[in-house]
Amino acid sequence: MGTLMTRDHRAGNALIDMSRPIDVLVIGGGNAALCAAIEAAHGGARVLLLEGSPEHFRGGNSRHTRDIRYMHPGATEYVTGPYPEEEFWDDLLRVTHGETTECLARLTIRASADLDGWTQRHGVRWQRPLKGTLHLARTNLFMLGGGKAMINAYYATAHTMGVQVAYGAVVSTLKIRDGVFQSAVFDHDGGIHEVRAKVVVVASGGFEANIPWLKEYWGDAADNFIIRGTQHNQGRMLAELLEFGAKSVGNPHEFHAVAVDARAPKFDGGIVTRLDSVPFGIAVNREAERFYDEGEDFWPKRYAIWGGLIARQPGQIAYSIIDAKAKGKFMPSVFPAIKAASLAELAGQLELDPARLAETVAAFNRATRPGTFDPSSLDDCRTEGLDPPKSHWAIPIDTPPFLAYPLRPGITFTYLGVTVDECARVIMNDGRPAANIFAAGEVMAGNILGRGYLAGFGLTIGAVFGRIAGREAARHANG
Amino acid sequence: MPMVDLVAEAERQMTICNSCRYCEGYCAVFPAMEIRRDFEEGEMIYLANLCFECRDCFYACQFAPPHEFGVNVPQIFAEIRAETYQEYSWPGILGKLYRRNGLAVGLITVASTALILLLVIALRRDALFSTQAGEGAFYRVIPYAAMVIPALLIALYCLAVFARGAYRFWRDTDTDLTGVIDFRAFAVATRDAFGLRYLKGGGVGCNYPDERFSQVRRWFHHLVFYGFLFDLASTTVAAIYDHFLGRHAPYPPLSLPVALGTIGGVALVIGTVGLLSLKWRSDRQPAAPRMLKMDVAFLLLLGLTSLTGLLLLVLRATPAMGALLAVHLGFVAGLFLTMPYGKFAHIVYRYAALIRNALEQARV
Ligand SMILES: Cc1cc2nc3c(=O)[nH]c(=O)nc-3n(C[C@H](O)[C@H](O)[C@H](O)COP(=O)(O)OP(=O)(O)OC[C@H]3O[C@@H](n4cnc5c(N)ncnc54)[C@H](O)[C@@H]3O)c2cc1C
Repeated sequence: MGTLMTRDHRAGNALIDMSRPIDVLVIGGGNAALCAAIEAAHGGARVLLLEGSPEHFRGGNSRHTRDIRYMHPGATEYVTGPYPEEEFWDDLLRVTHGETTECLARLTIRASADLDGWTQRHGVRWQRPLKGTLHLARTNLFMLGGGKAMINAYYATAHTMGVQVAYGAVVSTLKIRDGVFQSAVFDHDGGIHEVRAKVVVVASGGFEANIPWLKEYWGDAADNFIIRGTQHNQGRMLAELLEFGAKSVGNPHEFHAVAVDARAPKFDGGIVTRLDSVPFGIAVNREAERFYDEGEDFWPKRYAIWGGLIARQPGQIAYSIIDAKAKGKFMPSVFPAIKAASLAELAGQLELDPARLAETVAAFNRATRPGTFDPSSLDDCRTEGLDPPKSHWAIPIDTPPFLAYPLRPGITFTYLGVTVDECARVIMNDGRPAANIFAAGEVMAGNILGRGYLAGFGLTIGAVFGRIAGREAARHANG
Repeated sequence: MPMVDLVAEAERQMTICNSCRYCEGYCAVFPAMEIRRDFEEGEMIYLANLCFECRDCFYACQFAPPHEFGVNVPQIFAEIRAETYQEYSWPGILGKLYRRNGLAVGLITVASTALILLLVIALRRDALFSTQAGEGAFYRVIPYAAMVIPALLIALYCLAVFARGAYRFWRDTDTDLTGVIDFRAFAVATRDAFGLRYLKGGGVGCNYPDERFSQVRRWFHHLVFYGFLFDLASTTVAAIYDHFLGRHAPYPPLSLPVALGTIGGVALVIGTVGLLSLKWRSDRQPAAPRMLKMDVAFLLLLGLTSLTGLLLLVLRATPAMGALLAVHLGFVAGLFLTMPYGKFAHIVYRYAALIRNALEQARV
């Protein structure tokens, strides 16, 4: 527990003195961690932030984000209309089917009203509504430049406020005695270090990048999952807290997963690998068979079930098949479509049984009923006598070239977390709060978002609870 | 890398950008990209010249190197711009001067300076090292016609090369020519260019020389650009004095040409030194080495031209005037001779791209 040499190509290298206890130790380097570190520094605390990833990839999943949801009374330069508490709450109830803790949820919603000003005071900049943001322009603020720009701003602010940061500092163990946090052990630069702190804020995300852990619930299928965000969210701290008797929240089997291009990198493919082509054609599995209603509802309301659907198909793979008519109707994606002049040729390229694919497409085409195709409404183009049906936007696939995208489950985040109280303090299995252990962000989001998802709400929870945790942690350390 | 390869690489990156779009609020490039799906060479050249290299998108990019997607838009666009300047210059053989730009600019400047000095030594040795004063003092070192006729010819030559380049740029980036006379688009482009809107970053500036936001580059660029305009104005006023009012240089310190020239010269010296020092300190990761060299060559020459001009003003009543005048004119000649083959070209193609963008945005 001597000194730690940090390498920071932006802020310069620094020596961190760990011989005397840090006031507030923040574990993690994403949105929640930075909000906590900044608030704790405002509270006068000496703060050390340990980010597991190297500097270049700092910011966890937060670096991949686009927008944040917040309550507000009316339109501003950056949002087009009001978003009052009750509507926010109703939206949350709808997506979670009630799997939420009302007092924490309402606290989050109310505290979110302050985020617009707070974020801007700490360097974050918002973007005026533009083409790409209009669908959420009333309820959500969009970061100018996206999540990494926000993260960069927070790190710059934290630095000027005296927060010390070590990158590539992976915490392996929390030393907790009688429910009281003592110190944390972490790897850094090939060495093992230990740091004592009066308070710890755990803001280290979920465990979605931990394939062996996912295998406990999904078996070998997890080998075929693609992780949309950072590979550093291994859930190590979550496991530590649960082992020390923190009360868990959220279904460990559940994750938020969307359909991503199977050619995406294993980690950190971010937003560009998602595919929005499914409603415009059919999706088949490895057996060249359809398995779900591709036109059940508008894609933004359905895209998040497709990760799970594909995860349950053989080989965890599916193919979105469209024809020339669909071209240009959805957001372009990062990998080119696989293209063929005939269905047989396409089947060959996808290594599907050509006869079965031909039969699946023919059966689908026969079942389509005439209607007026309209992607902007739940139109009357549907199938009849087909199982599973396609309820909307069902038009025959008959115009070459035929196009296909291979799909895999792309995991966004996991729901399992630790229970917290209104002060962001971790609640133990005996129902009592831990004295000096706080949690913020994805690691406790399950308290509020037990299932489903509301666009932009992950950052809201992280920012609100990060701030609370930082404030409370500084108060505890000072007092 | 040849243009086809650069365009292919830019297309790879734009495909990633087009499915992300997080940067659409930064500048004109990304909204222009969003209304496209496929990128022909001409389209990509247009986008590249619309980029002001503010670097905001680079630091905000979650796919920037070392991410395997390796997105580095400022760099690939700078490469394409460097190639654009070469491709659109004329004649093709001289366009090659872009290849080793620093060397070429340096050699041409040294050669023109040496030539002028030699001519003066050969023909006006007596005037070279003696103090000249009073009206027409400069012309006793270098005769009026020898100063004006080559200058006019070079200026006309530059104009012709750039006009041809602009025409071809416009044609290749696939817009019909009638667009040029859209007054509104012209006004928008002019406002954006003269205000350096895309280095302003909505008030906080751009990520230059490093990841921090700063307005300093924009201000230095303003000094260079407006300094240049002041010097141009000074020369024009002087020409009017000379031709129409019968008043010959040198002009008194408080006269309009000298005042304009001094302000312009000082601004240019500060601006070029400022930009050079920023470049020196700048993060090389989002930069294209080839463009950087071109920038440095142009800035050095511009700065030295201004500096010798200022020195000439200060020392014009001393025996050093003759030599200084020859050197200054040598630099001016180098500057204008290499103008169609160096960084100056960015004014032409960026401006054309801005006009095209204004036309396009008015349509969507
Ligand atoms: C592609 C994508 C797009 C998204 N878009 C949005 C969006 O637009 N809006 C929105 O609200 N949400 C979005 N989300 C969800 C959002 O990313 C999360 O809800 C949010 O970022 C969680 O913040 P966090 O700070 O809790 O975790 P993270 O940002 O993931 O940060 C966790 C941090 O902990 C560090 N860490 C982990 N373990 C350790 C350890 N043992 N030691 C040290 N450090 C450790 C990691 O390196 C990382 O820095 C998106 C997610 C993805 C994947």
